[in-house]
Amino acid sequence: MTSTTISVNGRTVTADVEPRLSLADFLREREGLTGTHTACEHGVCGACTIMLDGRPARSCITLAVAANGAEVRTVEGYGGDEVMATIRESFKRAHAVQCGYCTPGMLATAYDIVTRLPDADRDRIRLELTGNLCRCTGYIGIVDAIEMAIAGVKGGS
Amino acid sequence: MKPAPFDYARAGSLDEAVRLLSGADGDARPLAGGQSLGPMLNLRIARPALLVDLSPIAELREVSEDEDGVTIGASVVHSAVEDGEVPDVTGGLMRRAASGIAYRAVRNRGTVAGSLAHADPAGDWAPVMMALGASFGVMGPEGGRSVEADAFITDPLTTVLEPGEIVEAIRVPRLSGSARWGHCKLCVKPGDFAESLAVVVHDPDRTHCRAALAGPTHAPILLDGVAGLVAEADGWSDALASEIKDAAGSGIAAAGFADTDDRYAMNVHATVTVRAAREALSR
Repeated sequence: MTSTTISVNGRTVTADVEPRLSLADFLREREGLTGTHTACEHGVCGACTIMLDGRPARSCITLAVAANGAEVRTVEGYGGDEVMATIRESFKRAHAVQCGYCTPGMLATAYDIVTRLPDADRDRIRLELTGNLCRCTGYIGIVDAIEMAIAGVKGGS
Repeated sequence: MKPAPFDYARAGSLDEAVRLLSGADGDARPLAGGQSLGPMLNLRIARPALLVDLSPIAELREVSEDEDGVTIGASVVHSAVEDGEVPDVTGGLMRRAASGIAYRAVRNRGTVAGSLAHADPAGDWAPVMMALGASFGVMGPEGGRSVEADAFITDPLTTVLEPGEIVEAIRVPRLSGSARWGHCKLCVKPGDFAESLAVVVHDPDRTHCRAALAGPTHAPILLDGVAGLVAEADGWSDALASEIKDAAGSGIAAAGFADTDDRYAMNVHATVTVRAAREALSR
């Protein structure tokens, strides 16, 4: 067992864990934060994407012990965040959610696009979304939602 | 999809990392961003006895620029190159290459040196570093040494690194103002590993011209015949494209880089090489 100390949604957690435990399983099984989803578990599908020190990262191929000292923000950690509130509303209005399995990862990537690339057009949004698979929507609603969220954040609405 | 058990140690210094890696009978792996090793662990393709985490070592995150080039510490991530936080002494080539690696969430964790040391034959950095004439600072139990990029990967997933040795830093020489480059990556969807990836760097003021080619089945190679044609070229023409395609084919056959009876693979590699050369000569 190895000790790891991680800030999870602003709360400092210290735990002794098996070195092989992924950050995704740490969040889901130890912290009960089941909003982070695991699917492919080898970094391809994007369902487990979380914010690690403010940047999107794959929690399925990041070890919990290697996240020692890091700040993690999961889909549960955006309570008072106005940017994420705008993105959530856009996802709802654009029908960007069907089964919901990819949605937590999509929201993390959407947050990164909206904040890092405020001038992104539809092509750039699609390019940035290649690391997040959705098997329901065909992506059109998701691209619409992110485009809408960029406009919404710019307009201050 | 969970890794087999392994031991884990955080290295506080480069010396400690080398000591830990050397003491595990060749069954230890260094862990940097883990974006290549993580999937291999989860799929149980890699089953090391010990992982030595390099992330606490501050000196490996350092970047230093001088008039001859830039030295990139082993723990510098792809997105730092993509975003220009690492001075791009190559006139945009390194930023182009970085932005095409996997996905942003992977580029935020994966390291340039880790990708090179993992040595996936279709990895993005090796042909770039080979074409640029970069070299790698390596530290091991016997001390430090420097390895040229074109002598680093010997076979798929195999490098010249001895047990206990790690890449400490990457040294990229500065291109002169007149230098031109081309970079062509063919993959099924953005972010995939390359089906074929060619890089051409032509820097006449430094009498440097190189073409490098990477693909999924063989270690990356230099195509000297292609580089010779680019160095002597006087603009682009269909005749030159044809000559470059032939030279690529000869180089691929001589190195055993692809099955010469596989007309699809031969055509893909030759065409990607021609596109990289055309971009270099059209800039």
